[in-house]
Amino acid sequence: MIEIQNLTKEYGNVMAVDDISFTVGKGEVLGFLGPNGAGKSTTMNILTGFISSTAGVVKVAGVDILENPVEVKKHIGYLPEQPPLYLDMTVSEYLDFCAKLKAVPIKKWSSQKKDIMELVKITHVSHRLIKNLSKGYKQRVGLAQALVGTPEVLVLDEPTVGLDPKQIIEIRKLIKALGKKHTIILSSHILPEVSAVCDRVIIINKGKIVAIDTPENLSKKLSDFSRFTITVAGPENEVKEIIANVEGVKYLETGTKIKDDEYSYIVEADKNVDVRKPLFNQLAQNSFPILELKSLNLSLEDIFMQLITNEEKEAI
Amino acid sequence: MLAIIRRDFKSYFNSPIAYVLIGLYMVLLGLFFNSLLGYGVSDIMSEFVGIMNGLLLLIVPILTMRSMAEDKKNGTEVLLLTSPVRLTEIVLGKALAAFSVFMVMTFVSLIFPLIIIVVGKPDIMLIMSSYLGYILIGAVFISLGVFASSLTENQIIASLITLVSIFLIQNLDFLAGFFSGFMNKAVLWLSISDRYIDFSKGIIDITSIVFLISFALVFIFLTVRVLEHKRWSQG
Repeated sequence: MIEIQNLTKEYGNVMAVDDISFTVGKGEVLGFLGPNGAGKSTTMNILTGFISSTAGVVKVAGVDILENPVEVKKHIGYLPEQPPLYLDMTVSEYLDFCAKLKAVPIKKWSSQKKDIMELVKITHVSHRLIKNLSKGYKQRVGLAQALVGTPEVLVLDEPTVGLDPKQIIEIRKLIKALGKKHTIILSSHILPEVSAVCDRVIIINKGKIVAIDTPENLSKKLSDFSRFTITVAGPENEVKEIIANVEGVKYLETGTKIKDDEYSYIVEADKNVDVRKPLFNQLAQNSFPILELKSLNLSLEDIFMQLITNEEKEAI
Repeated sequence: MLAIIRRDFKSYFNSPIAYVLIGLYMVLLGLFFNSLLGYGVSDIMSEFVGIMNGLLLLIVPILTMRSMAEDKKNGTEVLLLTSPVRLTEIVLGKALAAFSVFMVMTFVSLIFPLIIIVVGKPDIMLIMSSYLGYILIGAVFISLGVFASSLTENQIIASLITLVSIFLIQNLDFLAGFFSGFMNKAVLWLSISDRYIDFSKGIIDITSIVFLISFALVFIFLTVRVLEHKRWSQG
């Protein structure tokens, strides 16, 4: 659906986007992850035809954006970082205007408008001036704007920024639902968001792609050990000895003391061996009950930090 | 393009701008009309439209300052530029919206010639040709104003650029005096007030009409270039 090849954008001497290539399949939800200033917005602005690239090819539905920008724009709904709202219009007027801009057939529009407003839950504010709406509602109106004309591709630049936690969850649910019908590219610097919503993640830093993969694969790839914490009731030294002797355990460390004779330990084991069962058996034989066992697999957040700091080390 | 014209036109009336402009314009015109009557000029109407022409210096900068600049400041520019609409349509839409407000003002000002027609026997054709000249010159200044508005996101700067430019264009005759030979002729050729004199005498010259319309279109074209250039250079 979307093909990006060797995309580069320079602002003077600054490389905002440096030779990025990726493709997005039909119906895929792609997350664009990176710290502020990594080049997410720039890439999205180029993809939607708002600014031009310095070099590289962008194709949407097989059409090159430089050759036929109007055709490409027909396929894309864009919610920029700051929703492009006319504050002096009512929600309803604004959406009508967007529909005309995007040349939505008048016959289809009235039912489509109803659907969109219901989907993003703005029906009850449709006659209010946009300037009087709260930030959360403004964001929804912006999202509604992107949905006008039911474009195949949705490009959402930080769709949940500035919203309260409840609204964030709602918008995420909405994006997930939209992902069934649309191809979506969304950017974020919030990691759980991307792992919750996206099929695939691109991590970008300083204009370069650091990693592309599914959120699960990314965590798998980067965790060499299977790590977990275990809380056991029993004297520290004895418990430690038992754990250390289980086959496959590579590293052991006492964590926090919870109560008398109740300690948590951090265990790292060989990736190919599941040490949990022998661990349980050994401890049970010595009647040291396991009170808690919790996986410490790398979260996307850890991976993100790891990738970005690795990059920086290499650069030095 | 129609959608943009309608939206922008409405937006002028959503804010106080259109009302303030029309009110201000009518008060000023009323005052001038009154004093013209007192002077007992033989050809009141072409005199009067001449004054309207001069007042464009005040009216147009206020009318056009927001045109492009506001979209840039509010971020709505993104919506326009990422919609399947050509740049030319966007610019023309914005300019025509401002022009429509200008036409509303022109329409309201027709009350003065109507008064003259009721109480006297003016040359109606002369009034019409004066008005035609006035409207065409208005169109030139408006597209100039839209161009100025595309250069900045600050509305005050946009209106100042427009004000100074219109002032210079209105006084090209005077500026021409500083040059001699070819330059003098070139500057005079560009002079817009010169063209207006013909209209006010009832002379409708096709070359003048073509000249003024092309003048307006040049600024539309330049505005499109500005937008295009911005896409390539900055964010």
